[in-house]
Amino acid sequence: MANNEQTHSHFPWSHVIGFALSIILTLFALWVGFESGLSNTMIIVVVVALALFQAAIQLLMFMHISESEDSKYQVGTILYSLFIAVAVVAGSIWVMSFGMDHMHMPM
Amino acid sequence: MDAVEHSPNTPLEYQTETGRLNILGFWIFLGAEIALFSTLFATYFVLDGRTAGGPVPADLFEVKGVLIETFLLLTSSFTCGLAIHYMRRHSLKGLVLWIGITLALGLSFLGFEIYEFIHYIHEGAALTTSAYWSAFFVLTGTHGAHVAMGIAWIALILIQLKQRGLTPDTSRKVFISSLYWHFLDVVWIFIFTAVYLLGMVM
Repeated sequence: MANNEQTHSHFPWSHVIGFALSIILTLFALWVGFESGLSNTMIIVVVVALALFQAAIQLLMFMHISESEDSKYQVGTILYSLFIAVAVVAGSIWVMSFGMDHMHMPM
Repeated sequence: MDAVEHSPNTPLEYQTETGRLNILGFWIFLGAEIALFSTLFATYFVLDGRTAGGPVPADLFEVKGVLIETFLLLTSSFTCGLAIHYMRRHSLKGLVLWIGITLALGLSFLGFEIYEFIHYIHEGAALTTSAYWSAFFVLTGTHGAHVAMGIAWIALILIQLKQRGLTPDTSRKVFISSLYWHFLDVVWIFIFTAVYLLGMVM
């Protein structure tokens, strides 16, 4: 156990890079939203993609999802719940989009 | 201890069978948490715009406040990662220091969020004002309640660390609570994007 320190580099590079990327992605999403002049649909697509990218950074660089012997089960669980999340969110929006022509719809 | 087939470089929290299975089990719990938050997000999107003639989000959301909350939580996720980094180098001092900073950042986040909620209620947007604000407060409030629980949980683990030092048991608990903390930041990324950013832009 004593010489464990050699196996981990002294400076936590992956954390620092992950943190810097998170801040850059957050500010970039803000810029896309307010300054880019893209259409509303494009803004939604781009900022959601940026959020997914940032979530992946957290999972890989901070949470070490792929480090253990059980990593394929861990990744599988998260991918499956992501599928559930997309089905629930997109499905709800889709189902509730019918018969709403007379109401104010934000998009 | 049922520690057998691992190399000496295996982190403490993975050295026992119990530790490994607990960590896997916690990932499965996080999968269930994703499902929970997805239902709250779905409700929020469906009720988006149903403000019943009351205040609309674009009137109340402010970039500055949201950014402060976002950076507090982002930074706390980073310092929590550093805590694990020090734990794996067997530095109890570094671990305790960075966990302490993480908790302080978490508490500040909570303070800003409570201040924000009180401000909205003063402006006439409360839980019962409209379908939109109900969905807003339930989604962000559930996340805030998770943060509050995380702070209490990690504070208790900190006490155990002081009493027992770094063992396979305590390091497993620290590692699992760090997964929980990072996960709360992941949820916040989507709240920041879908609720605040799109709420201000659209």
